[in-house]
Amino acid sequence: MHDVVENFAAAGVRDSHPFWRAWRNIYPFIVVGALWEAIAHLGIFPIQFFPPLESIAAAFARLCASGVLPHHAFDTLIRLTAGFALAACVGIAAGVLMGRSRRAEDILLPLVSIGAPIPGLAYAPLFLLWFGPGNISTVALVAFVSAFPVIYNSWTGVKAVKEIWLRSAQAMGADDRRLFRHVVLPGALPYIVTGLRLGLAQAWRILVAVEMLAAVPWGLGWLIFGAQEFLNTDVMLAGIAVIALIGLGLEKLVFQPLENFTVVRWGMMT
Amino acid sequence: MTTVRAWSERSSSLRRGALTLIIAAALYDALARSGYFPQALTPTLGAIASTLFASLADGTMLLHAAATLYRVLIGFGFAVAIGLPLGVLMGRFRPVENFVLPLMSALMPIPSLAWVPVFILWFGLGNTVSVLIVFYAALFPMLLNTWSGVRAVNPIWLRAASAMGANEHALFWKVIIPGASPFIIAGLRQSFLRSWIAVIGAEMLAGSDWGLGWVIFDAKEFLDADVMLASLIVIGLIGFATERLVFGSIERATIYRWGMARSAQV
Repeated sequence: MHDVVENFAAAGVRDSHPFWRAWRNIYPFIVVGALWEAIAHLGIFPIQFFPPLESIAAAFARLCASGVLPHHAFDTLIRLTAGFALAACVGIAAGVLMGRSRRAEDILLPLVSIGAPIPGLAYAPLFLLWFGPGNISTVALVAFVSAFPVIYNSWTGVKAVKEIWLRSAQAMGADDRRLFRHVVLPGALPYIVTGLRLGLAQAWRILVAVEMLAAVPWGLGWLIFGAQEFLNTDVMLAGIAVIALIGLGLEKLVFQPLENFTVVRWGMMT
Repeated sequence: MTTVRAWSERSSSLRRGALTLIIAAALYDALARSGYFPQALTPTLGAIASTLFASLADGTMLLHAAATLYRVLIGFGFAVAIGLPLGVLMGRFRPVENFVLPLMSALMPIPSLAWVPVFILWFGLGNTVSVLIVFYAALFPMLLNTWSGVRAVNPIWLRAASAMGANEHALFWKVIIPGASPFIIAGLRQSFLRSWIAVIGAEMLAGSDWGLGWVIFDAKEFLDADVMLASLIVIGLIGFATERLVFGSIERATIYRWGMARSAQV
C-alpha cells in the first residue's frame, strides 16, 4: 500500500513537467516501432508483406502528394457526415418522440429493439441488393446502423428527466414549447450527446467495412481493400494510419469540444 | 394495488408492442405480395419462414451458426484471456499503464474490419483471419473496462483491507476483483457485442465456406433475399439470446448478488 502512495506522488511530480508527459506518450511507440523495424529488416517475413516503417511513410507521402489519399479520405468523410447527419436528425426526433408520447413509444420501441441487436454489417448485402452498390446503400446503411444508439439514448434521456422538474416548470406556467426547450431538452442532453458519440463511433466502424463491400470508386475502406489485390501492404498500412488519425480526430476534435460546450458548461456533467 | 396496476400497464404495453409488430409484418407482407418490387428482392414472410425452417431442418443453418460461434468464442476467449490480466496490471502498476495506454488509444479508433485485408495477406483466407479480427475487436473494450474498474476501486477499501492485515493475494481476490466486477462484466458484454459485429464482417470479407456472415454475403450473388433475411433472423436471435440469457445471468449471479449495482438500472 505504501509503495502505491509513493508511486502516485512520484508520478505527480513528473506529470507536472510537459517534457515528461510528452515522453511518456511517445516512448511506447518508439519501442513498438523499433520492434517492427527489426522484424521487417531481419527478413523473417517477405518484405512485401511486412514493409519497414520507412516504406509505409514513403507510400503515405507518395499517395498524399498525388492527391489520391486526400481524395479517398474526403469521400469517406463525406459519406460519414451524410450518414451520421441523417441518423442524428431521425434518431433524436424519434427518440424524443418516444420519450414524450406513450403511443410513439408503443409503436417504435418493438421495432427498435428488434433491429438493434442485429450487427449492422449483416444488413449490408440486403441494402446492396435493394439500393444497388454505390453511395446510396453505403450512406443508407451508415445512417440506419448509427441511428439505433441515438434513438435509444435520446429516449432514455427524455425518460430520465425528473418528473419534479416538469411539474415545477408547469406550475410556474411554462407552455409545452418552453417546457421542451428549457427543461426536457437540457435535461436529456447528456444522454443525447452520449448517443451521438456512440452513433458516430458505430458509423465509423461500419463505414470502413461497407466501403470494402459496396464497390465504391473512392474511400479509405476501398483503398485498403483494393491494395490487397496488388499486395501493396505499405499502401494498406498507410490507409490504416489515416483511418486511425481520423478516428482519433473525431473523438478529440468533435466530441470532446461538443461535450465541453454544452453538457459540462450547463453543469449537467463534470 | 400499485403492483397490479403496474402489471396491467406492462401487459397492455406488451400487447400494444405485439400489435405494432403484427401490423409492421402485415404491411411488409402486403408490400411483398403487391408485386411492386421484384419477388426476389422482397420475399414474402411465408417464403422467409419456409427457407428458415428448411435450412434448420437439414442442419445447414445450424452448421453455419456453429462455425460463426466457434470463431467468436475462440477470438473472444483470447481477448478475455489477454485483456483481463493486462487491464488489471494496468490498473495496479503505473509503468504498465504508461506503456499500454498510448498504444491503446492509437489502435482503438481503427475499426477492426479495416485490418481484414492486411490479415488476409498475412494469414491467408480462412479461420485465422476471422478469429484475429474478433480478437482485435473484443480486446479493447475488455482492456479499457478492466482498467477503469481496477482504478475505480475505492482506495479506502484497499487501506481498510491492508490495515486489517490482508496480504497482496487476499487484497486482489477479495477486494479488487469484486470491486472491479461491474466494470469487468460490462467489459465482457461490450466485448461480446463487438465480437459479434466483427465476426459477421470478417466472414463476409474473408469468405470461408461456413458462417452466418458468409451465407448472407453469398446469398447476394444469387439474389436469395429469403436466405439473407432468414440468416439475419438467426443472427439477431443468437445475439439477443447471449445478451439477455448469458450476460444477464452472469450479472445476476455476481454483481447484483454482491450488491455492487441495483437491478433497477438494467
